[in-house]
Amino acid sequence: MSKALSLDAAFAALGDATRRAILARLAKGEASVMELAEPFEMTQPAISQHLKVLEDAGLVVRRVEGAKRPRRLAKAGIETMDQWLAMLRKALDQNYDRLDQVLAGMEQPKARRGEKR
Amino acid sequence: MSKLTLKTEGDTHVIVTRRFAAPPAAVYRAHTDPNLIQKWLLGPEGWTMRVCINEARPGGKIRYEWTNGKGSEFYLTGEYVELEPYSRIVHVERMHLPDPTPDNHVETRFDTDGTGTLMTMRMTLPDAETRGAMLATGMERGMEASYARLEGMI
Repeated sequence: MSKALSLDAAFAALGDATRRAILARLAKGEASVMELAEPFEMTQPAISQHLKVLEDAGLVVRRVEGAKRPRRLAKAGIETMDQWLAMLRKALDQNYDRLDQVLAGMEQPKARRGEKR
Repeated sequence: MSKLTLKTEGDTHVIVTRRFAAPPAAVYRAHTDPNLIQKWLLGPEGWTMRVCINEARPGGKIRYEWTNGKGSEFYLTGEYVELEPYSRIVHVERMHLPDPTPDNHVETRFDTDGTGTLMTMRMTLPDAETRGAMLATGMERGMEASYARLEGMI
């Protein structure tokens, strides 16, 4: 259940355009808070707040390098989300594959016994 | 390659598309005829829909109850808002786990695509948190009321 809870936090963390943009930037490689703040009209504390949400959700990790704390994507967190989404997708796929079978077994409008609706 | 696409849009939407070989009238019917719905709207292997109420008219009720035959079960309720045979359905739904989840407002379109149908389902959740929770837990009980993929998001 704890896995589901962290997924909960992860997906909730993604419900914000700034945080998605931060992740998109980090997908290209490690970056400092200053570098991350640059493209946004936001203060560094505001960006730090977003980073905290992403860190708490397990999507971003920080490294200590002298006085700097560069951030990068947390591979494990991202992979967990990917796996989860693949599972959702599979369950949906199964529904629609079944629907394909149902449709194949239905009388089409042009079929012989032109059934109404 | 899968025919299904799932993606998020903005902060509160989830979009699902799927192509079907059958024409829109048939796909529409498979979404509104209880006897047909019961054959496919089941989620993962092992689950069955033991109750399927689907009153396909504006204001009509929707109630689906699923069980896995091993003591796990849950249900979904909803109401139809608009129906345009055979091209568009608007309805509201919520899962009961057993507490009701916030309302998911769903518009489903069935567009002619060659000899088949392109279905586009657009879900609108009340806020980003609800969508997040839906994506994270919505299908855990084997249900299909939630859908998503992060295509293009990261």
